[in-house]
Amino acid sequence: MLKINNLHASVEDKSILKGINLEINPGEVHAIMGPNGSGKSTLASVIAGKEDYEVTKGTILFEGEDIEELAAEDRAHKGIFLSFQYPVEIPGVSVTNFIKTAINESRKAKGLEDMPAKDMLKLIREKAELLEMDRKFLSRSLNEGFSGGEKKRNEIFQMAMLEPKLAILDETDSGLDIDALRIVANGVNKLKSKDNAVLVITHYQRLLDYIVPDFVHVLHNGKIVKSGTKELAHELEAKGYDWIKEEVNA
Amino acid sequence: MDLKEKLISSFWAFENHLDEDSYLHSIRTNAIKNFQEQGFPSKKEESWKYTSLNSLLKNDFSVFPKQENAIEYNDVKKYFIHDIDSYKIVFIDGKYSSHLSQTTHDGMDICLMSSALSKPKYRILIENYFNKIAKQESLTSLNTAFSSEGAYIHIPKNKMVAKPIQIIHFSTGNESAIMLQPRNLIVVDENSHVQIIERHQSLNDNPVLTNSVSELFINKRAIVDYYKIQNDNQNASLIDNTYIKQKQESICSVHTFSFGGKLTRNNLNFSQQGERINSTLKGITIIGDKQHVDHNTLVHHMEPNCESHQDYKGVFGENSTGVFNGKIIVDKIAQKTNAFQSNKNILVSDKATINTKPQLEIFADDVKCSHGCTIGQLDESAMFYLRSRGIPQKEAKALLMYAFSNNVLNSVKIPEIKQRITKIIANKLGVNIGFDL
Repeated sequence: MLKINNLHASVEDKSILKGINLEINPGEVHAIMGPNGSGKSTLASVIAGKEDYEVTKGTILFEGEDIEELAAEDRAHKGIFLSFQYPVEIPGVSVTNFIKTAINESRKAKGLEDMPAKDMLKLIREKAELLEMDRKFLSRSLNEGFSGGEKKRNEIFQMAMLEPKLAILDETDSGLDIDALRIVANGVNKLKSKDNAVLVITHYQRLLDYIVPDFVHVLHNGKIVKSGTKELAHELEAKGYDWIKEEVNA
Repeated sequence: MDLKEKLISSFWAFENHLDEDSYLHSIRTNAIKNFQEQGFPSKKEESWKYTSLNSLLKNDFSVFPKQENAIEYNDVKKYFIHDIDSYKIVFIDGKYSSHLSQTTHDGMDICLMSSALSKPKYRILIENYFNKIAKQESLTSLNTAFSSEGAYIHIPKNKMVAKPIQIIHFSTGNESAIMLQPRNLIVVDENSHVQIIERHQSLNDNPVLTNSVSELFINKRAIVDYYKIQNDNQNASLIDNTYIKQKQESICSVHTFSFGGKLTRNNLNFSQQGERINSTLKGITIIGDKQHVDHNTLVHHMEPNCESHQDYKGVFGENSTGVFNGKIIVDKIAQKTNAFQSNKNILVSDKATINTKPQLEIFADDVKCSHGCTIGQLDESAMFYLRSRGIPQKEAKALLMYAFSNNVLNSVKIPEIKQRITKIIANKLGVNIGFDL
């Protein structure tokens, strides 16, 4: 589904990703772990199409197509979704209006008519329930004054509505208490199928107790330096990142 | 002959044809003398520093349209808020159109300035109110000199006017260029409530310059909601001079929605002459191309315990320019005044300009006055957030611009106006999205 080959990326001439190789197939859950500043969030943003980053070398193929030249919205239409580490507050746009617009613009891009209002409402209710969201929440301004947990729940709610093929969860566990973490993880797990894939980006192993990865990769200094199964995550939790750094430097 | 000379010589021709008494005659002749002395405002004047009329005044405007023009309702229906029941006072090229209007004399007068100025039964009101609060500055004086037609509204006391009143001025473009001088007089007596919608609309591409003057007298405990929808075409310019005098415990709001037109200048003046008065001035301006919109507001607090709230939002694209000049005067006697003013702007193009200037003159010592103005750009991280959800760049921009300004719509009391404004904004931004609140 996603095939990243020797990816180099920089921001304002500062090189951040220095040769990433990663392949994700349908039905798989991958986790990328790594210390702060290793390039985890950059990788997520580059896949989603943030224009601040420049790809200087390498390719990103999504379902066989090179997506480097595609705008963020076109990548979204193809089925890539990024759950933000810091969801942006947008006063004046309600959660409902936002998600309606997103769904209908995606449908428009596929040559489909707007979703009938009744169906939209039903879908919104269904997915809000899955994330245990209050009805009132939906009429509030997008992320404005939301708690950390509410913001992340709202991200996964959007993911549930948009049904992406590849969901990238960027530090979704940060700022969550244990109840919110359970709700969010439960939401992600219910959306998982053999046809879609999840890329979890996290600093801590905690989230991976709930969203169990098939593969774990360690990112250090812009490169994947170690890959393994979920046991690798436990090892990192127990031993920290220093031994990886030492191993790389040795 | 330049426009000023043309206007002055036309005035004498016009005035000599009128069979009028000396009262109005002296008001008009004084007014034209005023205009003659002052001339059109120039950029040398502080309040016209950022708005130049020069290129506009080069047009060879007709002052008196030659023929009357008929319009079919279906052709102009879209310019009305047509999905509500309303009174309508409609003018075509400055002449009243009975065909498109729906007036009344049933317990109140919602009718024409021309009747009010000529019929004896209105004489006392005219003598009490006509030209009493309009400033003696040049453009208002010019309008006074030529004032013959417009809306005349008198709501007697204790009257809740159930239907809004729409005042619409059409210009047909039958003249190659036309200058219009509409004059409205609105008197709302004690405890009454009225809602008014005003619009100026040109129906073709010939240049139009409208120099409009409205006087509103809002008596004790009366409530007036006034909506100005400015979405005219690219060759139409508007100078709107609105003078409002409020008496104690009255409430007045004016919402100005500016999206169209070549040059628009809104002179909005509030004079609070009583205690516990509430005045609200709000606006949304979204323009592009080479459009120019200038909001010049004045709120004069003359008595204690009153409030004023100003909230103007502006979005400027392409080569457009905006001006906000908001003046608040608090007299020494006007203790416990609450006066708020906010002007926030977004520039979406490197070539767009906004000049914003708050002016506070406070002579009382126990007041709460605040003002703030900001000029910014669209938030790039918000843009990426919207686009990453599949909302294309143009739609994402539009959504952010709408979100930036839509709090101004919260105080609009007629839902159909809100819907219309959101539709106009979507059209203006070239998108087809719902914008539900």
